[in-house]
Amino acid sequence: MKPVILARGFAKNSLDKNPTIGHWLDFGQTKLVSLSVGKVDFGQGISTALAQIAAQELHVALHQIIHRPINTQDSPDEGVTSGSFSIEHSGEAVRMACATIKTIAIERFCTLNAVKPASVSIEDGVLRSSSTAHVMSYWDLHLDDQATTPVVQHAREHATSVLRYVGQPVPRLDLQKKLFGGPSFIQDMVLEGMLHCRILRAPNRAGRIDTVDASAFQQKFPDVELVRDGSFLGVLAKREEVAVAAITHLESLVTWHLPATLPDCNDLKTFLTTCPSEQRIVGEVHSKVASPDNLTHVESWYQRPYIAHASIGPSCALAQWDNNQLEIWSHSQGIYNLKSDIEVYLRRELSEGTAPKVVIHHMEGAGCYGHNPADDVAFDAALLARHAQGRPVRLLWSRAAELSCGPSGSAHLVKLEANVAEDGSIHNWTHTIWSNGYTSRPGRSEPGNLAFVAAAELAHPFTTPVSLDPPMSAGGGGDRNALPLYDLPDYKVVYNRLLEMPIRTSAIRALGGYTNVWAIECFMDELALSLKQDPIAFRLRHLSDPRAIAVIRQAVDQAPWWLVRSNDEEGVGRGFAYARYKNTGAWCAVAVRILAGTSVRVTDISVAADVGLVINPDGVKSQLEGGAVQSCSWTLKEELTFNRQSITTRSWEDYPILMFSETPAVTVSLIDQPNEPSVGAGEATQGPTAAAIGNAVHDALGVRVRQLPIHMKNILAAT
Amino acid sequence: MMSDPCIQVDKGQVMKLTINGTPRSCDYPDNAFAVYALRNDLDLKGVRMGCGDGHCGACTILVDGVPTTSCDLPFGALEGKHVITPEGVGTVTHPHPIQAAVLAEQPGQCGFCLSGILMRSVALVDSGKHLTETDVRAALDKHLCRCGSQPRIIKAVMAALEKVQTV
Repeated sequence: MKPVILARGFAKNSLDKNPTIGHWLDFGQTKLVSLSVGKVDFGQGISTALAQIAAQELHVALHQIIHRPINTQDSPDEGVTSGSFSIEHSGEAVRMACATIKTIAIERFCTLNAVKPASVSIEDGVLRSSSTAHVMSYWDLHLDDQATTPVVQHAREHATSVLRYVGQPVPRLDLQKKLFGGPSFIQDMVLEGMLHCRILRAPNRAGRIDTVDASAFQQKFPDVELVRDGSFLGVLAKREEVAVAAITHLESLVTWHLPATLPDCNDLKTFLTTCPSEQRIVGEVHSKVASPDNLTHVESWYQRPYIAHASIGPSCALAQWDNNQLEIWSHSQGIYNLKSDIEVYLRRELSEGTAPKVVIHHMEGAGCYGHNPADDVAFDAALLARHAQGRPVRLLWSRAAELSCGPSGSAHLVKLEANVAEDGSIHNWTHTIWSNGYTSRPGRSEPGNLAFVAAAELAHPFTTPVSLDPPMSAGGGGDRNALPLYDLPDYKVVYNRLLEMPIRTSAIRALGGYTNVWAIECFMDELALSLKQDPIAFRLRHLSDPRAIAVIRQAVDQAPWWLVRSNDEEGVGRGFAYARYKNTGAWCAVAVRILAGTSVRVTDISVAADVGLVINPDGVKSQLEGGAVQSCSWTLKEELTFNRQSITTRSWEDYPILMFSETPAVTVSLIDQPNEPSVGAGEATQGPTAAAIGNAVHDALGVRVRQLPIHMKNILAAT
Repeated sequence: MMSDPCIQVDKGQVMKLTINGTPRSCDYPDNAFAVYALRNDLDLKGVRMGCGDGHCGACTILVDGVPTTSCDLPFGALEGKHVITPEGVGTVTHPHPIQAAVLAEQPGQCGFCLSGILMRSVALVDSGKHLTETDVRAALDKHLCRCGSQPRIIKAVMAALEKVQTV
């Protein structure tokens, strides 16, 4: 077997701020290694994968790795857990920290026993030498004096033919506790004497309270505390069922001023193309040779509506503002950024020296797919804790707020144009985007701005910043995956980022990569079919990247239903799509089979992916599979609805997602690349799955649906 | 929209019921929703609260063996009933066949929805009926999963059914 070189090169992002051993590792407990990381779990299983990396590098058993709780006091600041970067950044940092301390341990062991490093082996943290009978463990070597030793950024690479944990399908460390009913989520956390809180919020972020009949409320609920700051309204009760009853009653006692600020839900194209925007050229290449004659011009517009995060567990936070400390428990993806934005509020509210110290603890919430209301609910809880004066508070958002008041994925419009020649060559490719930005996460606010939903509701409000985009070096936002992956002689990509944000938008899984890939890959089928060419052969003609070609072949080769069409019932269609996520991440190809009747049902999905060195194959497959199923849901069913004054998506009845009876059979295969750097897998299937479905619908019905979701209304409109 | 729970908070009464095989009593307003009594008063956090509307299934419990959402169920309806929550299904050393199958299939991503799905699957597996995958999917349609774990969950339930039926 070839020696395996673990990936390197990305750790700088995590090591710059956290450069020493002590930021990552602690050997204070005998036989245990305490691992500190800043990347948080929200359903993707990152803590299992990071433990695998640490156990592998240190040669300890997996159960000897214990994760330290993540908080802003003790944990390495690794920024936001997003963008499929955790394995690249945190994984590499952890590996290098472990490699550094292991090297020190071996040196120490060799000095003490007068043996050579080459004679040393390590198992379960115990060092042995073939030259002596003497054994010592990491804990005998007193490594706790190494906390301030810098992590060596190019620590010696680990080369071995046997990997005990890396590359193994290690079961998730957190699943067992959840399955047997153990308290596992922030929603399950209890602080002694905590007050149960609920908030009431307008169904439009521009909405403000007209009137509140506070005396009628207090008459019915004399023991419930009502908090109001401008249009921010909350209740605090000793019991949760009372808080629920109180907020339900309060809803009947409030009248809202709801300005007609929302766009026309049925004509988002007009809104997106007429809203003031900032135009930017994302990329442009001019051909060095003249285009051939007899070109055919093809132009298509693709549109996604606003979509919701729709996590199954409503957002939750606990907070306690006691004397000089404000402590918050949050399922935020970026606790350090959350802290810095809460400090913006505190600095404005309190004179210098009187603001409390802020500590944020991460607690796992239900599945998170981007910037959901986790940060909003934490700020709400801080406001309620200020009122509670030392008493701890627990705030849970309602399902209605979760769907209608959290950030959404932006409506996103793409115009694609190209000229194709009879020989199949593509010329003058132009990709134009209209979208809101894809991040309004905390930590990126301008002075006077604050991104929390409550910040704009306060009597002394902050301005809500219009969402921006991560830079292209971090994968971009609305322009993510807009640069073509095909070998084109010339192209131009233009991004119109909206400067107004009637509906709050932020990061949702794959950001603009979902819609851009959906559009590009449907358009590639359109071009191929306009030339009567096979869509896959047409793609391969324009691709030279061997890793792209490999996943494309694998996705169709492994699907027994791809070629056999003889037994097809009416309405069966097949579709295919490919993308390399962020143009720099995982290579992913998706083939689907659908059945189009009174609705479209995806029956089968075949995914092939190349994520470089695989840390946990079962974890990667689970992420790819989950992404594909979620993408089915987005693509076939999901759409945030609103009138000009209110977001009207407020319950699961208003926002159907994919059900078990509609779930496809999914096959995932990974192309093993043990000598290539690891890249994230969590978002790679979103775009290709959507486009494969779009192409399959065309295959089945002969109709090109260019407006999501692909439900009957949009199919009929496209017919 | 939140349903109106119409709580009369000062009219609590002591309710008797059997939870996970143990007789319990709970002083709780009988027309408030059961999910809060189970989670807060009886400390059964395995019952997850997802929507409050009975739509997502995360809070499903077994009431005399019948899968029932507890977020829209008045607590008074549990008087004298036998209630099973995720805490009462099996243990790590003696898992229920569905728990063993879930650990083998690893369908958990966030795992929030799994509690309710577990309870309905226990009822399916314990029913002794011969169920097809179509039956299982239809039964699980009372639950929502957002992470896309559905294919593995279906596999786990089918594996548990197969195991029980071949014993």
